[in-house]
Amino acid sequence: MEYLLFIVSDPAAPEYVPEEDNIEEWSADVESRGAARVGNRLRPPTDATTVTVRDGRTILTDGPFTETKEWIAGFDLIDVADLDEAVDIASKHPMARFGRVEVRPVWPFE
Amino acid sequence: MTVLPTATEVSDVLASAVADERLRIVATLIRRTGDWELAEDALQDAVAHALTAWRRRGIPDNPAAWLTTAARNAAVDALRRRATERTAAGKAAVEVIVDLAEERARSLGAPGEEPADGVFDDDRLRLIFTCCHPALSLEARVALTLRTVVGLDVSEIARAFLVAESAMQKRLVRARARIREAGIPYRVPGPERLPERTDGVLSVLYLLFTEGYSGSAELIRVSLADDAIRLTRLVASLMSDSPLLPEVLGLLALMQFQHSRAAARLDAHGELVLMDDQDRRRWDATLIGAGVATLAASESARRRFDGVAGPYRLQAEIAKHHATAPSAESTDFERIAELYARLARVSPSPVIELNRAVAVGFARGPEAGLVVLDGIDDARLSGYHLFHATRADLLRRCGQEAEALAHYTRALELAPSDPERRFLTRRIAALRAATSEAG
Repeated sequence: MEYLLFIVSDPAAPEYVPEEDNIEEWSADVESRGAARVGNRLRPPTDATTVTVRDGRTILTDGPFTETKEWIAGFDLIDVADLDEAVDIASKHPMARFGRVEVRPVWPFE
Repeated sequence: MTVLPTATEVSDVLASAVADERLRIVATLIRRTGDWELAEDALQDAVAHALTAWRRRGIPDNPAAWLTTAARNAAVDALRRRATERTAAGKAAVEVIVDLAEERARSLGAPGEEPADGVFDDDRLRLIFTCCHPALSLEARVALTLRTVVGLDVSEIARAFLVAESAMQKRLVRARARIREAGIPYRVPGPERLPERTDGVLSVLYLLFTEGYSGSAELIRVSLADDAIRLTRLVASLMSDSPLLPEVLGLLALMQFQHSRAAARLDAHGELVLMDDQDRRRWDATLIGAGVATLAASESARRRFDGVAGPYRLQAEIAKHHATAPSAESTDFERIAELYARLARVSPSPVIELNRAVAVGFARGPEAGLVVLDGIDDARLSGYHLFHATRADLLRRCGQEAEALAHYTRALELAPSDPERRFLTRRIAALRAATSEAG
């Protein structure tokens, strides 16, 4: 099953400690399981562009302008046996400690 | 010519075969088909079929095996029907679906011959761990466990939890859909996750038990407590080779001790009776004996696996001291206070500290109890009725009636159930009467 892990920043989480960031070890583990598909960090919402089409007109706005301090800081697409394995991988991601990881099953088009 | 069985004979044998085999049949069918509703329906079909077939042809030599085969056939029939309904191509699709189901069954292995993933390869345990998966809401876990593991009807579960049957049905449909869509696996987790996941299973079992135990005289709720005990015993037997066994047995013993007081908890008018005031002759001596034996088994398992006593085990020890004391006065509260202190170390909680204050209050006097109570630094307790009731009781015993009254009144405002409110109202009335006599 494919799952998309949303790496979410969380202001209520413990402060980020660079020395405790084991992202490389994590990537190597996901790689060695054969679960890794694609993943990356994302630039912050201030660099985002929001696109809406209304009455045939395309409107662009810079950033979503939400007040929230919680935003998606990265993503990882993984292919694993089941939710337990997805949770296992998510729980080892450093941002599970310094933020949150949301695990969503991919819903493919039939 | 064979003599055909009577309807009573058939239903008796059938009831006992269902009681023995239901869980195993449903759990295996779920593994083979991946479809929870289909598995439950197939068993129901098999039971209906047995009622008529056994009347007509006699009770089979091995009713359990008969039932298992009939349920499996009903499941395959249902898969066939479904395929025919869904596709115009009909027959071709039927073969595919049945092949798929059989291939799936083969790849997962037949019972007893599947490759063990970890230590546990029992379908019943798989089903229990899946129903209690932490990715499901607690409500969903409880509902699924009662429906699929215990085998209660949706209407019975709805009544026990005071919700409409349609709402409970929806909850179950959602829970099963979530297992499918979120990819919750049908298995017992590996050694790394087993301790925390077993805790999760035990907490669902204990919740079933306390739900059955809490107040209401409704028959269905009493049977919930019995079901929880039965299920915990089953989990213990299925996990007899696990280092988690001592804690499973600890929970079982705790339930046995608590359940031994069921008959004495309410008086003739349905009013709550505190343990100290209960008629100990009405305690179930057989269950207390069973609890003592379970606790001993837990201790020998703990030695075997070289583990430490967990929270359920410690609570069971405490319950044993209460259950085996000849009277409230002769209870070993010093030892109980000590056990609460150990319990607070393995699972810190203000409620445990509160209980320790009660025990200290009996062991070394109400003033000492108040000292412990004052030491609890937790804002959450101020909204907890038992915190105020405990303080009130200790104050009353110290002779500080006015303060005691104030706390009883606060406890009354916060109390969540009618029997508790009536109990506190009686306490307040008694204290007022005593104070006015003295004054």
